[in-house]
Amino acid sequence: MRTTEKQFDVLVVGGGPAGLAAASSAAEHGVRVGLVDDNPAPGGQIWRQGIRANSEAESWVRKLQSAGVEILCGTRVFDHVAPNLLRAEMHDELLEVQYRKLVLATGARERFLPFPGWTLPNVMGAGGLQALVKSGYSIAGKKVLVAGTGPLLLAVASYLSAHDAEIAMICEQASMWSLTKFGFSLLKRRDKIAQARLLRKDLTGVPFATSSWPVSAEGDGALKAVLISRGGKVEKIACDFLACGFHLAPNTELAALLGCRLRQGLVEVDQVQQTSLPGVFCAGEPTGIGGVELSVVEGQIAGHAAAGQGDLARRFFPIRQRLRKFAGALDRTFALRPELRELAAAETIICRCEDVTYSRLKVQTSWRAAKLQTRCGMGPCQGRVCGPQTEFLFGWSQDSIRPPIFPARVESLGAMLRDVEPEYCEMRGQK
Amino acid sequence: MSDEIALAVNGRGVQMPVGATVAAAIATASAYCRRSVSGEPRSVLCGMGICFECRAEIDGRPHQRSCQILCSPGMRVSTPGQNG
Repeated sequence: MRTTEKQFDVLVVGGGPAGLAAASSAAEHGVRVGLVDDNPAPGGQIWRQGIRANSEAESWVRKLQSAGVEILCGTRVFDHVAPNLLRAEMHDELLEVQYRKLVLATGARERFLPFPGWTLPNVMGAGGLQALVKSGYSIAGKKVLVAGTGPLLLAVASYLSAHDAEIAMICEQASMWSLTKFGFSLLKRRDKIAQARLLRKDLTGVPFATSSWPVSAEGDGALKAVLISRGGKVEKIACDFLACGFHLAPNTELAALLGCRLRQGLVEVDQVQQTSLPGVFCAGEPTGIGGVELSVVEGQIAGHAAAGQGDLARRFFPIRQRLRKFAGALDRTFALRPELRELAAAETIICRCEDVTYSRLKVQTSWRAAKLQTRCGMGPCQGRVCGPQTEFLFGWSQDSIRPPIFPARVESLGAMLRDVEPEYCEMRGQK
Repeated sequence: MSDEIALAVNGRGVQMPVGATVAAAIATASAYCRRSVSGEPRSVLCGMGICFECRAEIDGRPHQRSCQILCSPGMRVSTPGQNG
């Protein structure tokens, strides 16, 4: 496998709103900036570009290109080799990237919760189904039940409906009371009210249930129907897809691997978005789930600071402060209700990679014990799906992160072996 | 049409728009992606390269994350079967 080496003054990991903003702000100061992203095109999840371009992503990318930022898509960072050196897989190449300053903009993933039948094909994340449609799947004429929690549900339902899906119902686990309080907090935000009005217009006639959640999914080989709890009663709803996500979980694996300090599962940062490691910055969802506007502002601050112009970042502090309040309101409004801990049955699979059931995990005492005894979290996703679940179900925290943080090819792992056992590799004639 | 890509999923021809991912092609062909270690059919969950449920054999290479790979003309995708 060919190895490519690159050097940047500022390296940004992640091409969503925070990463694009960080790269753009850093590049304003004439430093060499590189941006790596795992996806086929920049934009992240919210500005995902698939069969159609996204105008927000496009305009940022144009800015980056004219500023000479090198954008490396399809590039997955899997190891931190030495100080200021990351290793990544890029298509069929191994990439070694040196940097002076690093901005982590690794975004978030959906949080999934287990219930009987959640592993059936066509039971997907809400953002997951939206991504599949943006990536070329035609949802026209399909009946979709949207369930879970968080503002993403409405956005996804509206998007799918605009692409001619039939939305059977939207089931939000939060109560009407907590949504109402959230609504009042939005009255101060004209842009948010406008967004909400637009969503409601797209979703005219779609039933929206609060205090409602999926109890089980049924089907033989693929989804046929979903049982939901609504107003204390269980109803059966036939559908082709269940789009189901329980808000978001931040992607903190790379930050943890580097040794950045985390608090309550979030990357700790100072005024200019610098982590506990000097020269390593973090922006967007890994510092707290706050949505696209906050991600952009944090990215701008991190980008200026990483280019050594932290003073310029000051003008963004008041707006960041305001947007963080909104993030706090999100957390409170969409906090998961305890009933959701009771959905999994004994035979419900929690770890999808290794097919570890709820009954096998329930008797374990910690994430580490579960890994050792059951292989939970030891498959290719490395606990990215089951980790946030076991945290909610059992209160376990994921304590150790070791490279590779994503599964890598044997050839790439050979490069890791050379770091620790150079004599051994020389003996075997491997260079 | 020039903005469509022809590929094969489990030997069946599928037309996808330019920019489509292999995961979208597998779903369009009503196939599932893989079987789990205990034999359950599985398909895309996260759609963003995190969950590894969309792994499939693409042009002879096994275990590729189909949601992160774009369709290309003449591509051959192989999965264990069709949705029930």
